[in-house]
Amino acid sequence: MSITDKVVAVVTKIPVGFATVLKTLFRKPVTVQYPEQTKPMSARFRGRHHLKRYDDGLEKCIGCALCAAACPADAIYVEAAENTNEERYSPGERYAKTYEINMLRCIFCGYCEDACPTNAIVLEPIEFPTGYTRDGMIYVKDMLLEPPPAGAPATPQQTPAGKYDRAILPFPPITD
Amino acid sequence: MNPILEALVKSVGILVVALAGFAYMTWVERKFISRLQARIGPNRAGPFGLLQPVADGIKLIFKESITPANADVLVYFLAPVVAVIPALVLFAVIPFGSDPAFQLASNINVGALYVMAVLGVGIYGMILAGWSSNNKYALLGGLRASAQVISYELGLGLAVLSVIMMASSASLNDIVAYQQPGNILGWLIFRQPVAAVIFAITALAELARAPFDLVEAEQELTAGFMTEYGGMKFALFYMSEYVKMIGMSALFVTFFLGGWSGPFVNEAPVLSLVYFAIKVLACLLVMVWVRATLPRFRYDKLMGFGWKVLLPVGLVNVVVTALLIVAGVPGYK
Repeated sequence: MSITDKVVAVVTKIPVGFATVLKTLFRKPVTVQYPEQTKPMSARFRGRHHLKRYDDGLEKCIGCALCAAACPADAIYVEAAENTNEERYSPGERYAKTYEINMLRCIFCGYCEDACPTNAIVLEPIEFPTGYTRDGMIYVKDMLLEPPPAGAPATPQQTPAGKYDRAILPFPPITD
Repeated sequence: MNPILEALVKSVGILVVALAGFAYMTWVERKFISRLQARIGPNRAGPFGLLQPVADGIKLIFKESITPANADVLVYFLAPVVAVIPALVLFAVIPFGSDPAFQLASNINVGALYVMAVLGVGIYGMILAGWSSNNKYALLGGLRASAQVISYELGLGLAVLSVIMMASSASLNDIVAYQQPGNILGWLIFRQPVAAVIFAITALAELARAPFDLVEAEQELTAGFMTEYGGMKFALFYMSEYVKMIGMSALFVTFFLGGWSGPFVNEAPVLSLVYFAIKVLACLLVMVWVRATLPRFRYDKLMGFGWKVLLPVGLVNVVVTALLIVAGVPGYK
C-alpha cells in the first residue's frame, strides 16, 4: 500500500466510521431495564421447575424418582411415601414425601420433564431461581409445588375408596 | 479589591468549577458514550443518573487505602498529587471570558509557553506512579505514558507555534483578541486547519485518551501506571485526567475556536463565559465521540505516527505559515 493510498484511505474511511457512530446517537437504546422490564421469552424456555396438580387438587407427582434417575447433574432428590384414602396426595399408591432440587447443580436440560410419566414436573419460563445462600438454592417441595387450582382443595385429601387406584388418570381421548 | 484576596477568590472559583466539571464530565462521558453505543448509561442514582458522580465519590472515599509491598511510600503517595496539580494550574492563564475578571492571571505574556511547561510537568505524576508502585504493569504503563506524552508534545508544540506565529504573541489573551474580527471566519481553525488537526490529535495523545490510551490498555497492562492505586489516590489520577481533558478543550477553544468570542459579548460580558463553556463542552463531546469510534493504536504505530507523520507535517505547517506571513497573503497578516 503506497503512502498516497494510505492517506486516501484515512481521509475517506475514518469519516465513515465517525458518521456510523453518530448515527447510533439517534437510534433507540437497546437496553432492557432488567428488573423492571424483561424480554419476552420463548414459551418453551426451560426456567424454574414447577410441580403440577390435577384439576381436583391432587399432585401429579407419584414419587417414582424417574426424574432423579434421568437427571445428569444429580440435582434431584425424591423420597416417596404411601398414599391412603384418608390422606391422599396423589393418585395411585405413592406420592413424593420429599422432593428437592438443588438449583445450583441443575443444568436446566429438561430431562426430568421428559422422564416424568405423569407430566408432573415442568420447567416454565416464568422465573429464575435466585438466592443468597447455598442452602437457599435447594428448592424443597413446598417451593416447587403449584397451589391447587381455584376451588380445588389442597393435599392431603380424603378420597373415596377405589377412585384413585391407578397412578395415572385415564386421559381424555385424543381428538385431533 | 486586595489583589491577594481577588486571586484567592478566583482560584477557589476555578477549582470549584474544575472539580465539579470533572465530576460531571464523568457523567457526561458515560451518558454520551452510552447513547453512541445504543445504550442508556447510568440511570439508577437520581434522575438520569445525575447523582452517579456523588455515588462514585462516596465509594472511592470509603475504599481501603492500600500501599503495595516494597513500594517507595513517599513517592507513591506524592505521585497522584504531582499528577493533579499541573492539571489544575493549567487553568490559571486561560481567558474564560472577555472581562479581565474572568481570568486568574491575565497579564502573562507567555501564556502558551506556560501551558506547554505545565503539561510537561504533568508527565511526572505518571512516571513516578509507575516507578514507585513496584509493579511490572505499572512500570511499563508509566514508561509508555512518558514516552508517548513526550513524543506527542513536540507535535503539540509545533501546532501551538503556528498559532503563536499567526497572532505574533504567546499571550492567550492576544491570541483570542487576534481571532475577533467579528465573524466566525476569524477563528484560527479556518486559517490553520492543519495545526488544528495536529493539536487535536496530539491533545488526545497527551491526555492518554482513546485512541491513544495505551497507558491504561487493560488487555495488556491492567490499568497501567494506576494499577496499584485505589480509593482516593486513584480518584486523584482520574481527576487529573478529566481536569486535563477540560483544560485541553479550553486550550483548543482558545487557540482555534476564537476563545470566548461570540455575538453580543461587548453588551453582556457574561455571555462570553457561556460561549466559552459551550465551545469547551463541544470539544469534550467530540473527545467522547472519538473514543466511541476509533480503536486503540498499537504501541509502535503510535510512536511511528507521532514521529514520522505528525512531527514532519507540523514542521512543514510552521514553514508554510511563516512563508505565508512573510509573503503577506491576506488572512495571514
